[in-house]
Amino acid sequence: MMNGPDQDGRFGEFGGIFVPETLVPACQELEAAFREAWADPEFRSDLDGLLADYAGRPSPVTACSNLSAEIGVNVLLKREDLNHTGSHKINNVLGQALLAKRMGKTRLVAETGAGQHGVATATAAALFDMECIVYMGEVDIARQELNVFRMKLLGTEVRSAQSGSRTLKDAVNEAMRHWVSVVDSTHYCLGSAMGPHPYPWMVREFHRVIGTEARQQCLKLLDGRLPDVVTACVGGGSNAIGIFSGFADTDTELVGVEPAGGAAVGRAVPGIVHGSLSYLMQDEWGQVLEAESISAGLDYPGVGPEHSYLASTGRASYVAVTDAEVVEAFQLLSRTEGIIPALESAHAIAWVSRAREELAGKTVLVNLSGRGDKDVSQMMDILQ
Amino acid sequence: MIGALEAALRNRRDSGRKCLVPYITGGLGDDWIEVVRAAAAAGADAIEIGIPFSDPVMDGPTIQLANDQALAAGVTPQSILGTLRGADIGVPTAVMTYVNLAFHGGYQRFASNLADAGVSGCILPDIPLEEIEPWAEAADEAGVETVLLAAPTAPDDRLPRICQRSRGFVYGVGLVGITGVRTDLADTAKVIAGRLKSVTDKPVLVGVGVGSPTQAVEVCEVSDGVVIGSVVVQRMLDGGGPEGVGELVADFRSALDAAYS
Repeated sequence: MMNGPDQDGRFGEFGGIFVPETLVPACQELEAAFREAWADPEFRSDLDGLLADYAGRPSPVTACSNLSAEIGVNVLLKREDLNHTGSHKINNVLGQALLAKRMGKTRLVAETGAGQHGVATATAAALFDMECIVYMGEVDIARQELNVFRMKLLGTEVRSAQSGSRTLKDAVNEAMRHWVSVVDSTHYCLGSAMGPHPYPWMVREFHRVIGTEARQQCLKLLDGRLPDVVTACVGGGSNAIGIFSGFADTDTELVGVEPAGGAAVGRAVPGIVHGSLSYLMQDEWGQVLEAESISAGLDYPGVGPEHSYLASTGRASYVAVTDAEVVEAFQLLSRTEGIIPALESAHAIAWVSRAREELAGKTVLVNLSGRGDKDVSQMMDILQ
Repeated sequence: MIGALEAALRNRRDSGRKCLVPYITGGLGDDWIEVVRAAAAAGADAIEIGIPFSDPVMDGPTIQLANDQALAAGVTPQSILGTLRGADIGVPTAVMTYVNLAFHGGYQRFASNLADAGVSGCILPDIPLEEIEPWAEAADEAGVETVLLAAPTAPDDRLPRICQRSRGFVYGVGLVGITGVRTDLADTAKVIAGRLKSVTDKPVLVGVGVGSPTQAVEVCEVSDGVVIGSVVVQRMLDGGGPEGVGELVADFRSALDAAYS
């Protein structure tokens, strides 16, 4: 389980490599380079060293006694919010930047929604002394001002994506257009478990550390048992695929939580955009719809192909929560545990809170993918 | 069997002249079909009809803007094909759009819709050789010619496979980048044309970054012809209408004919 994709980059019927001809050799080169690096103990040890000494891994698992008492569900949090740069995104970015360097690339280009992946990429670029360009939707630039400033401080050029919905989807379009033009010198540091092969596979492998650690930590905390449920928010789905990968071969239930306004898996209509075949929000003609979510990081109409596969086989289930439930959960975790979650991660909390009756007495591990500092000013506007 | 698109381009080439294929965004302006007719009358050998897609990752600002305007005006694949059906254009047409519009309702249905509308060819720039088969088989079945793109980044062993699977013509991508007019013809344009000509007898046309008659003449030193997109669409966006686009296409035609005849 979760050892795919096959040699064509497919997870069942999903995935593949739907990119312009110009990019095919780059994707193939990347696949070969990743395959080789991932099998090289020296690369693995370099990356492990960075994850430990630079990013601060392992991240702890926190048992939430106050929240558990309040909702009657035994909640554990995998604390990806405590990583350097404030989210799980750093795992993938350190891996990709190290790989890009090894491939002789001198520049990184990335897309970002909430800015967490952009900040992580800008951080790695500063660390490895690489030039970095991050595309961000104009709407997101306005609502994630703090992260825009952080990226600039780190020496990255932030470019505004002004087409379409001016959010994450359009930032991906612009990053791909840029990559098509500079593919020789530049690595596209894609921020989620989506895109053309090998990205969904490679990004999952770079985030597998979340699940591997969490499984060991749970066994220890729960006296040799595993949690009944593992849950995580899903936009493109990188933090979810990372934590799911540690539990896929067990009986633990896996639940992905999508925003109601961006529930690609919930709608279950397959489509092809941004490099792969996966579930995709689209109109009757196949035009991609604009997602609508309070959370910039989940404001995306598609989803990584492996999630579509896990949904289609029934190994994972996917639910959706509303913006109002997310705002509620954001406050709930802050008030009960003294942990301010990212709005993205608050989606997973929102589902646990809503489903408290069916989850009563169970142990639920939530991937707290990021911290909420970046969302505080947006929440101030909403709550005051 | 050779389709109508390839036959038209081979005829032009066999006469010792060069092929000219303008791209026109379907549904851009109420008179777009008149623009298509004017381009054909001005000496185009075939016309590419763009069906606007929400996320055109191969397209630069000009074609993106045209896309957005057409989509905002409510254009759909069905409305464009409906207009093309029975429109007497006089030259073959090829649709250019993105794979999801073909995939959404099923490749077979999309291919037969194209055939029913009298469209000869189809170009989907985000479906490379690795993924082409299900679509290409459906298109073959419906008698629609699938034109494949070949990019400057392709290694030598890839080009014969692209040429072998391509129908109608082989579309050489003139530069490493997205559609749009550039000041100068990229060095890669003639190089990709030469690499393709050395491995195929099918017509080789170069597009992307061919934006002036001078550039068209230059790349045709090697290629069998050109596809011109953004320069045409810009004329439409500027309000040039059928007359303006007709004049533009005529300029390219006469420059090519003056240089090669």
